[in-house]
Amino acid sequence: MPSITIKLNGKAVSGEVEGRTLLVEFIRDHRGLTGTHVGCDTSQCGACVVHVNGKAVKSCTTLAAACDGAEVTTVEGLAKGTELHPMQAAFKEHHGLQCGFCTPGMIMAAIDIVKRNGKNVSEEVIRRELSGNICRCTGYHNIVKAVQAGAQNM
Amino acid sequence: MSQSATGVGASVRRKEDLRFITGKGQYTDDINLKDQAYAYFLRSPHAHAKIKSINTAKAAKMPGVAGIFTGQDIADSKLGGLICGWMIHSKDGSAMKAGPHPVLAQGKVRYVGDHVAVIIADTKEQAKAAAAAVQVSYEDLPHVVDASKAMKSKAQIHDVAPDNRVFNWGLGNEESTAAAFKNAAHVTTLNIVNNRLIPNAMEPRAAIGAYDSGTEGYTLYTTSQNPHVARLVISAFHGLAPEHKLRVIAPDVGGGFGSKIFIYAEEVVCVWASKHVGRPVKWTAERTESFLSDAHGRDHHTKAELAVDANGKITGLRVHTIASMGAYLSTFASCVPTYLYATLLSGQYNIPNVYAEVDAVYTNTSPVDAYRGAGRPEATYVVERLVETAARELKLDPAEFRRKNFVTQFPHQTPVIMTYDAGDYGAALDKALQINDYKNFAARKAESAKHGKLRGIGFSAYIEACGIAPSAAVGSLGAGVGLWESAEVRVNPVGSVEILTGSHSHGQGHETTFAQLVSEKLGVDINNVSIVHGDTDKVQFGMGTYGSRSGAVGMHALSKALDRVEAKAKKVAAHCMEASENDIEFKNGTFTVKGTDKKMAFGEVALQAYIAHKPGFEPGLKESAFHDPANFVFPAGVHICEVEVDPETGHTEVAAYTCVDDFGNLINPMIVEGQVQGGIAQGIGQALLEGCSYDDDSGQLLTGSYMDYAMPRARNMPAVENFKLGFTCTPCPTNPMGMKGCGEAGAIGSPPAVINAITNAIGVREIAMPATPLTVWQAMQASGAKKAAE
Amino acid sequence: MENFNYHRPATVAAAVAALKKSKDGKFLAGGHTLIPTMKQGLAAPKDVVDLTAIKGFSGIKVSKTAVTIKAGTTHQEVATSKEIKKAIPALAEMAGKIGGVHVRHRGTIGGSIANNDPAADYPSACMGLGATIETNKRKIEADKFFTGMFETALKKDEVITAVHFPIPKKASHQKFPNPASRYAMVGVFLSQNAKGQVRVGVTGAAPCVFRAKDIEAALAKEFSAKAAAGTKVAAKGLLSDMHASADYRAHLISVLAGRAVAAA
Repeated sequence: MPSITIKLNGKAVSGEVEGRTLLVEFIRDHRGLTGTHVGCDTSQCGACVVHVNGKAVKSCTTLAAACDGAEVTTVEGLAKGTELHPMQAAFKEHHGLQCGFCTPGMIMAAIDIVKRNGKNVSEEVIRRELSGNICRCTGYHNIVKAVQAGAQNM
Repeated sequence: MSQSATGVGASVRRKEDLRFITGKGQYTDDINLKDQAYAYFLRSPHAHAKIKSINTAKAAKMPGVAGIFTGQDIADSKLGGLICGWMIHSKDGSAMKAGPHPVLAQGKVRYVGDHVAVIIADTKEQAKAAAAAVQVSYEDLPHVVDASKAMKSKAQIHDVAPDNRVFNWGLGNEESTAAAFKNAAHVTTLNIVNNRLIPNAMEPRAAIGAYDSGTEGYTLYTTSQNPHVARLVISAFHGLAPEHKLRVIAPDVGGGFGSKIFIYAEEVVCVWASKHVGRPVKWTAERTESFLSDAHGRDHHTKAELAVDANGKITGLRVHTIASMGAYLSTFASCVPTYLYATLLSGQYNIPNVYAEVDAVYTNTSPVDAYRGAGRPEATYVVERLVETAARELKLDPAEFRRKNFVTQFPHQTPVIMTYDAGDYGAALDKALQINDYKNFAARKAESAKHGKLRGIGFSAYIEACGIAPSAAVGSLGAGVGLWESAEVRVNPVGSVEILTGSHSHGQGHETTFAQLVSEKLGVDINNVSIVHGDTDKVQFGMGTYGSRSGAVGMHALSKALDRVEAKAKKVAAHCMEASENDIEFKNGTFTVKGTDKKMAFGEVALQAYIAHKPGFEPGLKESAFHDPANFVFPAGVHICEVEVDPETGHTEVAAYTCVDDFGNLINPMIVEGQVQGGIAQGIGQALLEGCSYDDDSGQLLTGSYMDYAMPRARNMPAVENFKLGFTCTPCPTNPMGMKGCGEAGAIGSPPAVINAITNAIGVREIAMPATPLTVWQAMQASGAKKAAE
Repeated sequence: MENFNYHRPATVAAAVAALKKSKDGKFLAGGHTLIPTMKQGLAAPKDVVDLTAIKGFSGIKVSKTAVTIKAGTTHQEVATSKEIKKAIPALAEMAGKIGGVHVRHRGTIGGSIANNDPAADYPSACMGLGATIETNKRKIEADKFFTGMFETALKKDEVITAVHFPIPKKASHQKFPNPASRYAMVGVFLSQNAKGQVRVGVTGAAPCVFRAKDIEAALAKEFSAKAAAGTKVAAKGLLSDMHASADYRAHLISVLAGRAVAAA
């Protein structure tokens, strides 16, 4: 079994994984960080989005072993103590979540969108770049508003 | 309504959000019990087959396997089958034909995905690997997946229903309706399919069953909208354990939309098997399993007719509907195409004659049950497609044709049971027309044409009945349970308040809205209120959340309990301030004695309730209430959809959307708007994208993943500036908040608005849902060909 | 999914050696097709050889006449490459339409081409631009590379190392996505080179990417949107499913080709 070391939310963690262990399984089952969710098995829904080396990826379609040596950030790693990340705060302020299940993936995707497109990212770009994140509750309306507002504060 | 920042009517930011945005939510799959094993369900690959044999010997020897169980084991342990809790009688008086629904198949499988065996092992992977080694020998039987063909099919799904018909039910006056059609100046007829949908809450279903041999009690963690109902059914009908030995916990639940109301085989099997393997048993659905085995929605095939007199007044409406029930009757399946459907066929209109006849049929498909709206979207689709089509045929403005036929006097008794209590349909229409800027539609159409797009506009004036439901009324119609709700208010000595509610929040924001009502009524800071729900060991019996009932019914129960707390607190205050109870007044969280300057804050009174050691004084401040509503509540409103169709490809975009709702008083407008936006997204999904499809020949589910089942995504929704909501308000007279349910209205009102807009855009009379690019292109080809031929 | 031995070689030679040693091995080059396929149990290799850690396996080089993209380059790197946006903007645009951004962060050009999914986008760019696919053994012209549904000219121990795209005079990519999967229901990649030669690569419409020869011929005569859109494509041999009939796909090819000419 491969042994891997990942810098997870800023802290180096090591563990034995199988070849088939997915990054999301390592995060949820091995490390007990259950904020990252699994909503499908075809890499479509985006509930599992985390950042690997600063880029948003689907942790359900990434092998844990392939992340040996990488920096991984999950939704649990965003807030600094009790201070929320601006994108987290914006999702609350703009009612960008209802059941909360897609939310961690949405927030991780949103931060990545703003990092690449800047503070003034357009609604059109946000909607296009959320194509890999499915929400069943909100109709996306308030998610789009939250991403735009969060962008301004990032 | 108060002006308080956290009281009723304020857009209070949600208290529950912190845990969700920081990844601290606790959904069922996030919970892990010590020494838990994992269940994997072996499912039928056949639509309909006899099980000749099941050989588990090889699989049982596979690594990590803790137990393998089949239908025989279920039969041997006398575990009862899944039930349908609503009795429907056919027109001839006979009871509906409910076939057996064992939690693991016995003798036969009836749909692709039917649960055949459970394999329990140390890991998920081991369970799955062992499942592949279970040898099942099947003998194929004829199958039918299309409801419209079920009654003529040679497939016989259940012995009790030789023609696959569950019931043949009618509502309304058949003769008077026939007369109305005979005398009509104009009749509009449509053949309508309300497309089958798969609910797709983003959290897949999951369950953990655990047996404690020390207490001889079971615990079930499950993704449920109504844990008490789950406990009742598993206890009373499956006979697993008496209710006090079964604790059901529905922790954070990631969306339901109806699909998590029902009692499913997997959760029953997990909790049952936990005793047999002596370990907790956990199961989490893969998305493919959700597609195969969650209860689906809709699937109505309807012939619908509207009779109009020479003055443009609607005189009659008649439908014959064939409704698919799937292979088994799910928990509430039978009430959906009957009392939740036909009772709304009068719409917002004064229609003197309505008659509905419904054939519910078995098909070799996943069971069909309530999905957001449940029956009411199907009714609204029928009524609003008919009305729009009739207006076009009569060359009348569709808005004015509606207005001419609106109900304007309340209460209004329809010919199909319902008594509408309050409303102002004209006001909602006016507001919608104004927000939409209807008078300038032609200019927008011309602008779209400049870009090569066909713009169309469509209306939908929906009404729905929710706040389910007056128990006596639904009981007389066949409901097996009462549909009241309960609440308990515990005031702690420090003045903080715990609310225990039988309602269950899985996205609706009860932790905020229920706290707002407490804040409003007791003057307590919202941060000093917590809402407890979803655990049968903590909360007194409750009926759960569905049918847009948590506000109108659940909060009504809470309101009653709060009144009782206030009454008790007044006694305490009177005692402490040495005044007569009748002289105590309570306002903004302060008790005062009339005509004096004596006062006590709510918190002080709470403390005194526990520490004032006075004789003749019952300590404590805790009250509860059950509430059974007097009537349904009747949200209504108007949707206006504008689409742009690409004439070359058939691709349709929702260019603008207006929705005006009358939900009475709003507790939290921000949350209400969120419910409407989400509901409309599901309605746009139904109209443009989503369609569950089974292959006629093989009976296989063709839309078994997100690769083939099209979910609405951010780009499918109108731009923020073109998606406009508005509200009108006629307070509901049957609850003290004056509120109506808002959870389903968006999904109920929107599909006909979208389809009416597309048919308007491309100039066709009918188009099937979902109106995919292919469907729209084919419709344009057909109508173009027809035009050329004329 | 079934377990496997995971290999993460640092060189192409080591990767090939690892695969050769395995009875049933697969290369992994991003994994956004292979991993879902394995999850569904449709593939169960004993060894998975991850190519993404190979040194010098990714990168973009633009000369006066060609864009060379090394096999391990992600879709997002191609989509955002300033040099490619300048040399063949349609190629960057095409890469930017693959999957969602999370997929583009890991999916690679080599993986996409080697997999040859009938609805993948890169094969249409290879055909539409007349690319040359370079492996550890040889160079293969796009026209000879894509041999069938999920099939290519690659030998078992052959690894794509780079793809060379000649820079055209003009080019455009038009994609009509499947409403569910967002893969191409029909995708058209069209180019015209300095000599006026037109290539039209079509994906999503048939079991394998192909060139729309009728449209190419029409455009050779008259390079206009009307000529492209007005050329009827035969529906015979095209895919037909619940999302699109063969007729509809044929129609879309003409429509998208017309739009591609207009946009090129």
